Amino acid sequence: MTTQQIFHHTYDNGLTLVAQSMPWLESAAFSIAVPAGCRFDPEEKLGTANFTCEMVQRGCGEYNSRQFIEALESLGVDYNSSASLYGTNFGGAMQSAQLHDALAIYADVLQRPIFPEDQLEDGRMVCFQEIAALGDDLAQRTLRHLRLKHYGSTDGRNCEGTVESVQSITLDDLKAFYEQCYRPNGLVIACAGKLDWEPLKRHVGNLFDGWQSKPDPEIIVQPAQHGVHHIKHESEQTHIAVAYPGLHYAHEDYYLNRGAVGVLSGGMSSRLFTEVREKRGLCYTVFASCSTLREKGAVLCYSGTSNDRAQETLDVILEELKKLAQGITEDELRRLKVQIRSGLIMQQESCRGRAGSIAGDWLHLGRVKTLDEINEKINGLTVKSINEYLAANPPRDFDVVTLGPQPLELKEDGVSATPA
Amino acid sequence: MEYRQHQLDNGLEILAECNPQAYTSAFGFFVRTGSRDETHDVAGVSHFLEHMVFKGTPNRTAAQVNLELDEIGSSSNARTSEESTIYHASVLPEFQTNVTELLSDIMRPSLRVEDFETEKQVIVEEIKMYDDQPPYGGYERIMSEYFGDHPLGQSVLGTVDSVTAMTPEGMMKYFEQRYSPSNICFAAAGNIDFERLIEDLDRCCGHWKKFSPERMKEKADYKQGFVTMHKPSAHQQYILQMAPGPSSEQQIRYATSVMSAIIGDDGGSRLYWEFLDSGLAESAGMGAYDYQGSGAIMTYICCAPDQAQANLERLTNLQRKICEEGISQKELDLAKRKIASHIVLASERTGSRMFFIGGQWLCEQPFHTVAQIAEIYESLTLDQVNEALANYPLDKNMTVTVGPCDNLTAVA
Repeated sequence: MTTQQIFHHTYDNGLTLVAQSMPWLESAAFSIAVPAGCRFDPEEKLGTANFTCEMVQRGCGEYNSRQFIEALESLGVDYNSSASLYGTNFGGAMQSAQLHDALAIYADVLQRPIFPEDQLEDGRMVCFQEIAALGDDLAQRTLRHLRLKHYGSTDGRNCEGTVESVQSITLDDLKAFYEQCYRPNGLVIACAGKLDWEPLKRHVGNLFDGWQSKPDPEIIVQPAQHGVHHIKHESEQTHIAVAYPGLHYAHEDYYLNRGAVGVLSGGMSSRLFTEVREKRGLCYTVFASCSTLREKGAVLCYSGTSNDRAQETLDVILEELKKLAQGITEDELRRLKVQIRSGLIMQQESCRGRAGSIAGDWLHLGRVKTLDEINEKINGLTVKSINEYLAANPPRDFDVVTLGPQPLELKEDGVSATPA
Repeated sequence: MEYRQHQLDNGLEILAECNPQAYTSAFGFFVRTGSRDETHDVAGVSHFLEHMVFKGTPNRTAAQVNLELDEIGSSSNARTSEESTIYHASVLPEFQTNVTELLSDIMRPSLRVEDFETEKQVIVEEIKMYDDQPPYGGYERIMSEYFGDHPLGQSVLGTVDSVTAMTPEGMMKYFEQRYSPSNICFAAAGNIDFERLIEDLDRCCGHWKKFSPERMKEKADYKQGFVTMHKPSAHQQYILQMAPGPSSEQQIRYATSVMSAIIGDDGGSRLYWEFLDSGLAESAGMGAYDYQGSGAIMTYICCAPDQAQANLERLTNLQRKICEEGISQKELDLAKRKIASHIVLASERTGSRMFFIGGQWLCEQPFHTVAQIAEIYESLTLDQVNEALANYPLDKNMTVTVGPCDNLTAVA
């Protein structure tokens, strides 16, 4: 396994630069995580972080909206932006020689947005479009509703907000959100690819030197709404999403749970794929994955299946989840280890992927896990350690959201769905 | 980076881009067969067969195939289109022989009845899954309307009825007409031991019997028109257009793909400024689809139903304006920079290199290196791009709209 060169530096104002040198590449990527996520949206103005993310790119520093995009395009930057629960993220990948110039453009986005009034309604329209886009994505709608119920309306919220909430947001609301949440302390700029650390560190220092730190905003976290929920919709398939408590990324036992979920849904021989799709032909898509917040985690499962076979699909999924408590086998663990090792190395090919994951590591852990360290953790997993974890923490307390013409039942518990 | 090529006696082509620096290796069988090569009685058989290839051989059960793919930590999948079926896997270099043997074995599937019937249900679920997803069959519909009776208009998935009626015998007959080694290429990229690759493939595939599959490659008679698919349960309105474009044999396809990037890529294009920056649409884009003998340029817009008619008019006006005024040098220069950057980023992934090599073989083109492709784009002139624009007027098209609106009309 390749040795990684990872650097980091936290400037006086609290901004952290973290970088991985990948000298064999010709490209470089950055991922900027601003601690301004939709978690900080005012309750009655959901969608504020997302709308702010849109507006800071509609004029900043010397650029108007069009000049901003032309500047990025002339550098050949493949760029993106999005608001998420904890942060607003700006990313880009390009030929490595352009990295410094691209970061300079984002120094304007972060520190000198103009919030031009004549762009406000266009920006609002874009936010409406993002809400509308979800309407036709039934799998996403089901999974998002599950997150909302399982994590509660603060930690499980949709960043897009609603048409009504976005309609109510004013330019002053956006400026206030920017003033409060866009700040250097807690902000991470992650770079990966062909780069030189010292010049990069100096460059980023110069770009953000004058930015003053600000106090972290406070929020009240709303509680979860556990149970079974149904969204009625005349669709060809019923969409099924199930959540149960898991572990967050920073938890010392994270890889025990990650290993167990890998057995459920790691590859083509995994339990859910085998039992639900391969043996019974119940669906095309079925998976389970680890979801992580800063201080708690969950396992989220999904499948979409014909309406007349949906109850059977839910039954089989829940049976497999419960059966996991009885433990995994040596063969399963052996396959899992090869898969994880292989996946980690494949991830090394992409500077974009690496920039994203080192930013994520920094935000969750305050440091970057090296490949060697993860490898050591994975190699250290044993059937005994995973099975002890599973015996102590059997999958249970399932939250279920279904979307389709008819609600389903959690048979064993005799619970049926309440309208969502 | 070294490009290597070898052909087995039975015609199987082996192409590889060997890079000893790479951490991973990617492999794939590329078969020149897809829905355009199907007869009506087996509509959807190429795609169903792609699924059945993973369901076992005389040497392995379906479960064993899955187990072995996981045991070598592979990231594997398959895909079927109008004119190709591709089976691929990425692994660490130490598993090169394992993955070559496994992929070679599954390329001669057993098509056991019990597996066939179970997998049929999975395919039906896949069809229903797409029925619930935008643009709700709009893509299949525009292909069939635009290409008319030409085989390129045939659906890749088939229908619930055609798939349900299919038999293992019908599928085997299709297999025996299409999966000749002379119609297949094995592409590899990454840290490849090429000598060993040839040995392994000769041992595993050398006995495959050669025959001569044929394909109807005549140019399609492209249709124009306006079709409405009423889908009351959809939230958004989807607009698809197909206008004539170059086939994969034509050199002008490079200029055409630059033209379509300038007009319709996802940032800074004409469609971006007209529809996305202003929030008039949820998405808007354009792409060139080239096939052997025929081609199309597809435009796609998704927006709120009450904006659909106005957006259709805006789109038509924009298309006519671009045709009249042409593309500017500034636009071409920006597009070239984006493409150069994109080529570098894509070339750094062994998986995308493998697809690139196999893709060139699929449309019977000579191999080009990354540098050669970059040079082709770099040397394009404004005249060439504007020639593409003049050759392929975008407003002379087939339009299909899908969604809650049932009263949209073509723009005069």
